[in-house]
Amino acid sequence: MPMHALEKILAAHAGRENVAAGEIVTAKVDLAEVNDLYLQVIKSFYEMGGQRVKNPGGVVFVLDHYAPAPTIQSAANQKAMREFVRAQGIKHLFDINSGVCHQVMPEAGLVWPGMILVATDSHTTTHGAFGALGTGVGATDLATILLTGELWFRVPEVIRINIDGQLPPGVMAKDVILYILGQLKQDVAVYKAIEYTGSTVAALSIAGRMVLCNMAVEMGAKTTYIQPDEKTLAYVCARTGKEFTVPETDPGYRYGAEYHFDVADLVPQVAVPHSIDNVVPVKEVEGTAVDQVFIGTCTGGRLEDIEVAARILAGKRVNPRCRLVVIPASTEVLLEAERAGYLRMLLEAGATFATPGCGPCLGAHAGVLAPGEVCVSTSSRNFPGRMGSTEAKIYSASPATAAASALAGKLVDPRRYLD
Amino acid sequence: MEKIIRGQAYKFGSNIDTDQIYPGRYLELTEPADIARHALEGADPSFRERFQPGGIVVAGTNFGCGSSREHAAIALKSVGVSLVVAESFARIFFRNAINLGLPLLVCPGIAAQVAEGDMLEVDLQTGQVTNLTSGRRFQGEKLSDYVLNLLAAGGVKPLMRKMLGTGKNSPGIPTL
Repeated sequence: MPMHALEKILAAHAGRENVAAGEIVTAKVDLAEVNDLYLQVIKSFYEMGGQRVKNPGGVVFVLDHYAPAPTIQSAANQKAMREFVRAQGIKHLFDINSGVCHQVMPEAGLVWPGMILVATDSHTTTHGAFGALGTGVGATDLATILLTGELWFRVPEVIRINIDGQLPPGVMAKDVILYILGQLKQDVAVYKAIEYTGSTVAALSIAGRMVLCNMAVEMGAKTTYIQPDEKTLAYVCARTGKEFTVPETDPGYRYGAEYHFDVADLVPQVAVPHSIDNVVPVKEVEGTAVDQVFIGTCTGGRLEDIEVAARILAGKRVNPRCRLVVIPASTEVLLEAERAGYLRMLLEAGATFATPGCGPCLGAHAGVLAPGEVCVSTSSRNFPGRMGSTEAKIYSASPATAAASALAGKLVDPRRYLD
Repeated sequence: MEKIIRGQAYKFGSNIDTDQIYPGRYLELTEPADIARHALEGADPSFRERFQPGGIVVAGTNFGCGSSREHAAIALKSVGVSLVVAESFARIFFRNAINLGLPLLVCPGIAAQVAEGDMLEVDLQTGQVTNLTSGRRFQGEKLSDYVLNLLAAGGVKPLMRKMLGTGKNSPGIPTL
């Protein structure tokens, strides 16, 4: 039976010649990552009788969701994690000065094609952009990996999403994935994997590919895959000394389903409250008054996101009725934005910057919303209460749409704000 | 594990995400009793007050989508939910719940067949759901042997203790 690259990854880590969709296999995990929402990982580790972490070299802690700690309880949780890391000889700790795990790990050379990466975060699907099998789990599953170095997986069916066409100016990867979500809806890929193919995907930057893979979980996907190419290898090899073999899907592999999209005429898209698959062209909701714009997160806080915001806002001012919160996805992104001059442009335009990390995306701190407020956000979720009050409304859009809306004080199509 | 679960139905819609099951602003909490206070608060702020332990949550498709937070499953289990029956579940929530020993059952079409407050009887072994109020029966998807074993053991923690031969919590835990 022809195998998919993801099946080959699972087979190689399970010590098997081949695996097939639907089978349950126990596979070795190359990297397990824990974030600071998950003290429960350590609690579950001890509740299962754990004493020593099996493979401390393959474990990463990233303190990103509460960076820096806004409450005594979150500070205490982070303290317990630092102590656990030290006591167990865990190799990698990215403290509150680092950024969001899904940006920090690839930057640090901890992600490579053919690996299995499991993290306590649903957006671990992001790493399919590097040809890695990345998947999110809860605390107790992660604790199992700390104990045994392995986890059970159901081999997923793979859905292929082929995207062709040259993206028009002002239309970004975020618009593409929102459009696809609007068409295929949020449970199309539950318990399945998504592979992205096509000329649009090939033309996207690594950052753009990460956006597609990141939001695959909003369709329910367990993991994602983009076949590594020269761009992927250039990014990965510049950062890791790890030797790896790039897996490839066998000719004749049969996908569970295939979808084809042409994005040559795509216009900017927005997910309107309160569901991420409730997607319309920005034009349809233009004029909606906006109280806060948030540019950041593992979906929309990378250098090219901040760059497009700076291009739109340079020499201008954020509308007085609106706040603009910008949180670079990592310290590396922040430093690059500083070197390129984007930081100054945005600060002079009236932006508020906060420490690299998850910020207000999950309603914890750094710009949560009051009842009745409207936010345009580059993050990936607009569930009721996601960013604070359940009475607030979140519009999820591209960084270009977000920046243009900050300038206008209302939702606008960004294309007329770009030269 | 009780093989037959009987309880009153608490009805929810489709795509109930983990922010609705357990809002993000409470994620710093770590004690199950504290976590239980906010069960389903984002979907229905009155749920905690009106819920009677042993009740069965009934929902449409994609229950538990969104964040990987185990708090969502901990909250439901700790508040005393005996079972969640839905038309489908998001993957991470499914794993989290089974790992904790909280039974889940997939039953296509169930949302339209159960009203708030109906009495249900569910056979976990066969996957059969009986609405005792309406007298109608529905066939859910039978749980795999793997999942039934996990549930019978009370979740993955007791299983791991057995596998590792540790028998009990390791001494590290009281410091947390």
